[in-house]
Amino acid sequence: MDLATFLVQCLNAVQYGLLLFLVASGLTLIFGIMGVINLAHGSFYMLGAYLAFVLAPFFADSFLLMLLVGVALSAVFGFVLEWVFFSFLYQREHLQQVLMTYALILVFEEARSMLVGNDVHGVPIPAWLAGSFELGALMSYPWYRLFASAACIVLAALLYLVVHKTRLGMMIRAGASNRDMVRGLGIDITLLYRIVFAGGVALAALAGMIAAPMSSVYPGMGSSVLIICFVVVVIGGIGSITGALVASLLVGFVDTFGKVFFAEVSGIGVYLLMAIILVWRPEGLMKGRA
Amino acid sequence: MNPRFAWVLPVIVAVMLAALPAVLTPYTHDLVVKIAIYAVFALSLELLVGMTGLVSLGHAAFLGIGAYLTVLASGASGSASVLWLLPAAVGASALYALFVGALSLRTKGVYFIMVTLAFAQMAYFVFHDTKLGGGSDGIFLYAKPVLDVGGRAWLRLDDKQHVYYTVLAALVITYGVLALIRRSRFGHALAGIRVNEQRMRAAGFRTYGYKLAAFVIAGALAGLAGFLLAVKDGAVNPELLSWHESGAVLLMLILGGIGHLRGAVIGAVVFTLLRELFQTEALVGSLAAHWQMTLGFTIIAFVALMPHGLIGSGIRRSQRLRQPPRRPHVELPADAESTILQTRPSPEVRDA
Repeated sequence: MDLATFLVQCLNAVQYGLLLFLVASGLTLIFGIMGVINLAHGSFYMLGAYLAFVLAPFFADSFLLMLLVGVALSAVFGFVLEWVFFSFLYQREHLQQVLMTYALILVFEEARSMLVGNDVHGVPIPAWLAGSFELGALMSYPWYRLFASAACIVLAALLYLVVHKTRLGMMIRAGASNRDMVRGLGIDITLLYRIVFAGGVALAALAGMIAAPMSSVYPGMGSSVLIICFVVVVIGGIGSITGALVASLLVGFVDTFGKVFFAEVSGIGVYLLMAIILVWRPEGLMKGRA
Repeated sequence: MNPRFAWVLPVIVAVMLAALPAVLTPYTHDLVVKIAIYAVFALSLELLVGMTGLVSLGHAAFLGIGAYLTVLASGASGSASVLWLLPAAVGASALYALFVGALSLRTKGVYFIMVTLAFAQMAYFVFHDTKLGGGSDGIFLYAKPVLDVGGRAWLRLDDKQHVYYTVLAALVITYGVLALIRRSRFGHALAGIRVNEQRMRAAGFRTYGYKLAAFVIAGALAGLAGFLLAVKDGAVNPELLSWHESGAVLLMLILGGIGHLRGAVIGAVVFTLLRELFQTEALVGSLAAHWQMTLGFTIIAFVALMPHGLIGSGIRRSQRLRQPPRRPHVELPADAESTILQTRPSPEVRDA
């Protein structure tokens, strides 16, 4: 492998890892704060990808506006979904949450198949992000992938600021460690939960929308992302956002370079990584609070 | 019912099942075999979830490995002997269970759910991505295994009746083994771990070893179900290991009622029938095309309305005396005992 390929693969790994982080952070927020293990989280990623597919023709000139509309739609969707469905899962045991959200996946998958069919689709790369970034004769790298990485970094920073520097973030962190205390302090925890859930859905959907022009949009894309996110959460440590970031990048590198060196069995790489980390640190890299 | 006669009902059911082929059509024959195999599969998970309190979301991996090994080891020429093929299939599943269990039992609760799911997915990718198992199309079992002893073919698994009785025997043996485990010192230790692991450790039990043993036995029994499934269908594909299958078997337990062997069997019957029903156009009309959605909503309704399964309160009264007391904050739905009063049947069940 020459230097150029190596650099390109590194960039790919970072970009994939950051995307995973967006989905996993939503998963980990929802689990860490509400204690709900949500198998349907991958469906929100799928929702985003299909939103991009459906919305793209209407927003031919303005990709960013499309992302904004998609985020708004998915946040509303998350808000309503929390209201009618998840809010009543909190008192249930984990096993029942697993099954209910598993059932939800079946419903979402079927709804997707009824609405947009089972074909594999592509989403065009916006014109202003087409082409490649040339670094002399050394390498060239697609602009869109750079944009995707940059967008994820901005979002991750934003997430960090919201969770650690705002009043909302303060309530979120307080809610994660002691929800009864937060309720006792007079904070509307029902609304807080609803906002966090909507935020988690929007993050996953945004990841899906950003990913859509790079990879195709296909049935079952939600489950594959979900399981990788579980690996990320397990490696990172449940409830730790920093852990999720480190783990996402690690998984990104293992997966990307696994595909380069061991194409046929590359699917196994991240699970082996997980196995090794579990032997070394059963609690994950960063021990979470939840 | 007096607990001393608790064995009567399962025996009656087994005898009835043995007589059943006389009145079965080819379609129902196949359905009964399928249900019985899923009952073995669900029973194997009951050992983990119901008896030990470990929620695994990757149990389909062991089913799939048992099934794949059966086909792969049979080869293309001639029939393999059940004598070594069955132990090989069961052993392969047990071996993978040893690997997965040794690692995943280092974690707890939700971690454990995620880790078992991820390891199952790893096995799924081995068969899905490599040429080893024919990729996403799967492979066929050309020659079904036989049992030849002393020059006489005792068992030919290309014969439907032979398959039927083999599956029935497997179900009876699995049920019996688990019933024995439940009463044994080992089973009581598992119950103790489910109720309060820390107390068990304080009492001098090496709980990790007990849990690992339960995990391996459960994996082996799932491998047995996989062997039977491969022999019945004559083909395997990666979907056997998919997490939809793991979710389905977990659902069977919830449907039937966790904490009871017969709950697993009842759940397997109801779930398989429901899945069959929702896919049959003659019965549900155009809904059949969207059976996943019907199934999804049914699952939600079931779990919401009857979190402790179909098992009624009648058989419970007698068992309450024999079972260890439960910790109030067990993470799992322990037995239905405490909450039987909330249980009410939903209309879907009555129709099925």
